[in-house]
Amino acid sequence: MTAKPVPVPTPETQPFWDGCAAGELRLQRCADCGRPYFYPRPVCPACGSRHVEWFTASGRATLYSYVINHRPAPGFEDDAPYAIAVVELDEGPRMMTSIVGLPATPEALQLDMPLQVRFEPRGDVSLPVFGPVR
Amino acid sequence: MTGVIIAGAAETDQIGRLPDHSTLQLHVEGALNAVADAGLSLRDIDGIATVSAPGPVQVAHALGITPRWIDGTGVGGTSFLLHVRHAAAAIRAGYARTVLITHGESGRSRVGASRYRMEASSPVGQFEVPYGVFGPTTTFTIPLLRYMKEFGLTHEQLAYVAVAQRRWAAKNPRAAYRDPVTVEDVLASRIVAYPFHLLECCLVTDGGGALVVTSAERAGSFPKPAVHVLGTGESSETPMISQMADFTESAAFRLAGRAAFAEARIGVADVDHLMIYDAFAHVPIYGLEALGFTAKGEAGAFIADGNTEPGGSLPLNTNGGGLSYTHTGMYGMFAIQEGVRQLRGEAAAQVGSPQISVILGNGGMFATAGVLVLGRQPG
Repeated sequence: MTAKPVPVPTPETQPFWDGCAAGELRLQRCADCGRPYFYPRPVCPACGSRHVEWFTASGRATLYSYVINHRPAPGFEDDAPYAIAVVELDEGPRMMTSIVGLPATPEALQLDMPLQVRFEPRGDVSLPVFGPVR
Repeated sequence: MTGVIIAGAAETDQIGRLPDHSTLQLHVEGALNAVADAGLSLRDIDGIATVSAPGPVQVAHALGITPRWIDGTGVGGTSFLLHVRHAAAAIRAGYARTVLITHGESGRSRVGASRYRMEASSPVGQFEVPYGVFGPTTTFTIPLLRYMKEFGLTHEQLAYVAVAQRRWAAKNPRAAYRDPVTVEDVLASRIVAYPFHLLECCLVTDGGGALVVTSAERAGSFPKPAVHVLGTGESSETPMISQMADFTESAAFRLAGRAAFAEARIGVADVDHLMIYDAFAHVPIYGLEALGFTAKGEAGAFIADGNTEPGGSLPLNTNGGGLSYTHTGMYGMFAIQEGVRQLRGEAAAQVGSPQISVILGNGGMFATAGVLVLGRQPG
């Protein structure tokens, strides 16, 4: 079976993946306008400033939207059907993720339910995924 | 007013499953048909526009065209609407006189087709692909549950989009699926990615088509009635569905629509015929709201009440759409073709004598948008 895809960091995203390896969800925010944002890039999408900084997010989020996928991507055959979700972090930005520790059913996955980050090994990186608040 | 017309428009001889045609050959066949439709020869073409791959250089060379203007804008299935817009600007500027816009895609048979590949170091490769996304069914679909929760859209209303479009397809001999379906049929089809069932997802087919665009000063000198390009718009939002600002509306649809309606100096009440790129059943709902045909949250009921099907007040996706007519992968060309046919009065499911047809194209997964306002009269 094909292995699941492994993200390849770039210089701009390396601190994010370093954070995941350390068990922390690290985001960036603008030091000028204060807005946190995701995905990692060295420019503030709200005001264009290059004066941005990393910080450690709470790891708390709510379920914003999702699908339950019945046609698995290569490497995900044993997981189907599985949820592909977008969560809204308490700090504001949203990110795609997997949902762990809950059945992939509409009944179990209620929009706006609280979730918390955890990290799963994937190749040579740690991948942030979300599950019930511990 | 843009000052240009569509003088020629045609699809490939056949659409559907064409394993004996490469992607390039589908471009070539569509191009030859469109040039013939305009009563021109390839020697008259001095501008070329298409997506990569195979790209404008390959298509021009295959046809023996040496262009003096090239547009390779490739932003997904709406690219051809953007090509019309860019061609209008080029023709006004004098950079080209007669522009050929081509589409061909061996989406089903994959003959001579490029492979889909996402770099693992790209933003999508790092922050979406690792979660098991696999093409449009796993990404384009993600916003809808949020919309359903916010606005109360029901599973039955979503299914009805496919029902309404099948009623148009039933009138169209070229449509892939023509048998009537009910809401129950749609909801009984297998789940592809909850909340989407198979019949709420577009086809995957082979086919192509092309357009010939030139100055409106030449209207009347071609075999078919001129279709005037009255207004155009384009925009983009995000290459990553997870980063769409609001999952209940498309900013790109709204901005492109606003620009096109303003340029054409029309409002929604002026529109007689509408095409909205329907890769999935929710896209016409988002499109109707973004263009202002209904208030936010009301488009599902508007369709379910019968307003967009045969006999309704706003004929929508009258070829049967991507859900029932054809969908090669970059469907925008086929949406334009149906708008042209309706304005010429030669559509299979002709809706009277429409004066204005609006085409909303989507690219990627709510990533890009193009809008064309086409008219029977110069405006």
